[in-house]
Amino acid sequence: MHLMTKSSVLTFTEKGIYCPAGDFYIDPWRPVERALITHGHADHARWGMGTYLATDAALPVMRHRLGDISAQGVRYGEVLQLGDARVSFHPAGHVPGSAQIRVEVRGEVFVASGDYKVVDDGLSEPFEPVKCHHFITESTFGLPVFRWADQSEVAADINAWWAACAAAGKTAFLGAYALGKAQRLLSMLDPAIGPILTHGAVEATNAVLRAQGLSLRDTLQATADVKPKDHPGAIVLAPPSALGSAWARKFGPQETAFASGWMAVRGIRRRRAGDRGFVISDHADWAGLLWAIKQTEAENIYVTHGYTDILTRYLAENGWSAQVVQTQFEGETLDQGEAT
Amino acid sequence: MKRFATLFSTIDQSTKTTHKVAALADYFAHADETDRLWTVALFSGRRPKRAVTTTRLREWAAEVADIPLWLFEDSYAVVGDLAETIALVLPQNQTGDNRSLSQWINDLRALADVEETERKDFVLDAWRQLGGTERFLFNKLITGGFRVGISQKLMTRALAQATDKPEAELAHRLMGNWHPDEVTWHSLIEAEDASADASRPYPFYLAHGLEDTAQSLGPPGDWCAEWKWDGIRGQLILRDGAYFVWSRGEELMTDRFPELARAIDHLPPGTVLDGELLVWQTDADKPASFNSLQARIGRKTVPKKLLAEAPVVLHAYDLLEWEGRDIRNRPFAERRALLERACAMLPAQAPVRLSPQHHFDTWEALAQLRDTARAENAEGLMLKRRDSPYLSGRKKGDWWKWKLDPLTIDAVMIYAQSGSGRRANLFTDFTFAVWKGNELVPFTKAYSGLTDKEFREITAWVKKNTLQRFGPVRQVTPHHVFEIAFEGIQASSRHKSGVALRFPRMKRWRHDKPLAEANSLDDLNEMLRIYG
Repeated sequence: MHLMTKSSVLTFTEKGIYCPAGDFYIDPWRPVERALITHGHADHARWGMGTYLATDAALPVMRHRLGDISAQGVRYGEVLQLGDARVSFHPAGHVPGSAQIRVEVRGEVFVASGDYKVVDDGLSEPFEPVKCHHFITESTFGLPVFRWADQSEVAADINAWWAACAAAGKTAFLGAYALGKAQRLLSMLDPAIGPILTHGAVEATNAVLRAQGLSLRDTLQATADVKPKDHPGAIVLAPPSALGSAWARKFGPQETAFASGWMAVRGIRRRRAGDRGFVISDHADWAGLLWAIKQTEAENIYVTHGYTDILTRYLAENGWSAQVVQTQFEGETLDQGEAT
Repeated sequence: MKRFATLFSTIDQSTKTTHKVAALADYFAHADETDRLWTVALFSGRRPKRAVTTTRLREWAAEVADIPLWLFEDSYAVVGDLAETIALVLPQNQTGDNRSLSQWINDLRALADVEETERKDFVLDAWRQLGGTERFLFNKLITGGFRVGISQKLMTRALAQATDKPEAELAHRLMGNWHPDEVTWHSLIEAEDASADASRPYPFYLAHGLEDTAQSLGPPGDWCAEWKWDGIRGQLILRDGAYFVWSRGEELMTDRFPELARAIDHLPPGTVLDGELLVWQTDADKPASFNSLQARIGRKTVPKKLLAEAPVVLHAYDLLEWEGRDIRNRPFAERRALLERACAMLPAQAPVRLSPQHHFDTWEALAQLRDTARAENAEGLMLKRRDSPYLSGRKKGDWWKWKLDPLTIDAVMIYAQSGSGRRANLFTDFTFAVWKGNELVPFTKAYSGLTDKEFREITAWVKKNTLQRFGPVRQVTPHHVFEIAFEGIQASSRHKSGVALRFPRMKRWRHDKPLAEANSLDDLNEMLRIYG
């Protein structure tokens, strides 16, 4: 699909979101010469680009995941001139280092927001609304049934569950994606309840984030020589794919829980959650999406990955010029993969 | 409502049967008696008379949530449960109300007699006063359908733990037409001489599918075999000069099958038969296809014409009560002998027939017979152990379904639609096509048969390979071939392809099969000619 807008500062192509004036792509899904990356999740930062440009805080994880890449870091708010385009990165509040990318060509401003959430999780650089004419928004949770509770309430629920597991002599397994969600959950856990163990994939990301200066609670990687009986009352943070695996089973009696925005829907929770599902997401809920869109003061909204048709219709009925654009971003999935 | 909500959450959050049963047993032992009674009623599919229409509920919820009605409806389509959708879209608040479950039910029932404005005030007020799970449960009291992962069997087990009564007895007590308004906890559960209502059915005994070989069942002489019919399981009760017909889902179907009334003329009172309701073709001496039965199920009252075109006959295969006595504990062979004696008196035009048994000496011989089932419009065979009692519920060991292998065809996926509820963010509903020259002709939909992992895989693929959207339906690139399994095939003028399949499902994702090698409409028509 090649979608021409009036000014064509950004266009939507087969390879990704393209800026002709600056000759670069944002979060492309096919190999291109120059890629500007909003954040390090696998559906936004893909392998095979000539050069990468991302925030300084996003780069370490990208290097960890993509290996030896040619990449350049940028500070939040720093303005770069790329061809005829002025480009800057602004916090998206999604995960540490995540950004919305502002692109201005001859006074016309686009913002590609990647994935975002509007509440402060205490870990990621909080979302900053950026005024623009054209706003590209995700819609992963673009339905009014999605309404996130305060993080402190969810933390209390998780800790109560963990404490109950510990009291019953069970290990608590909490499934969460390795980048972002796992560290956010870590910040919500009450270490007074017991030791916090991690799966290798989570611990590797922890190490990268600690090395760049993030302060995370102490964790112990549950390697083969860590004996579960030496860590009674433990909680284990693991990617969803590791729940119920041979590695997890060696911990003996256990309960499993899954932390995701999708857990708000009982049917999905029952399909996917194991024993418990906690509703927590690094994407904006319905009210968050609408708030963010209003804050940008943009008139033109391009709705990608999620409940695109529904959010678009709602925006159109409420005075915006809104349209669906197809991308290959995946939002928060319940898959085994790393994307979210 | 708090106690009920706590029970509900405990059951809903656990995947372990023992936890669920323990929580329920504790509730049955300690909760208020009326609340207990209503809990049994709700969990067995009974509910208070609907005080508010779901149309009004949707309108009011959209109004309070300050969203357009279409957005509410679209949300409902994703969530798949009206009560839950309402609970989720309304502004969040904490519960500040102490009414018990049965008080709420009484208050709801009082609404039947008031003006709509007053009803609306009551509902909106309840939404304001109830938060989280309790608001969801309040909505459920209106809309019905408590699916909480508690089967009748588990509830009966919990009741047995709480009351020290045998499970089988409790299962029987809970059957049939009781309503919490007309019984008490004592009369339903505890009273010694539960003077049963004449219509009360016995719990059905359900068979498992045979997965192992027939040889694994031991000597053939220990077993009886009969056709496995493709009809509706039914229990015919003849007591006190009246007749009652129950479905396996405990639905009273008496009015739908008026022709069965004549059974009273031919069989003595105090008789209960288990069998299969079938539309019988007298000239062909075999049942008609399931489609003609479907026409009958859909009608609450049956017009004369339909009654003549599609007469229903109960094919009896078991006798549960004889001369007013419950004989379910006697061996099957003995019950069968009594059944044959009872049916010997029946004239040819009676609406009850004996379902024949097949004599066989070896499993091999029986397997050969099974291969001919389709010609008899049967699905395969039922195997029943000669000395088995009539148990309740689905129990392994004594009864087995030994079905024919399904028919299969390789088809191309051309449309996909996402599911709701448990399958809310997955593409699970697909339309399949076969070749007609260079064109793909849709012929069936299928929803089941793939693993969760495969559904996730195909969902990711659909998102990337959408050609066009028609509302919730996506046309996708013709690329994937699936083996579709089905139980039967019929000519149908309502379908573009001219055929209708029975129980279509995805048997295998044929990654190995190129698009061009999917089957054709000619292949499908050939199957229609042979099996239709």
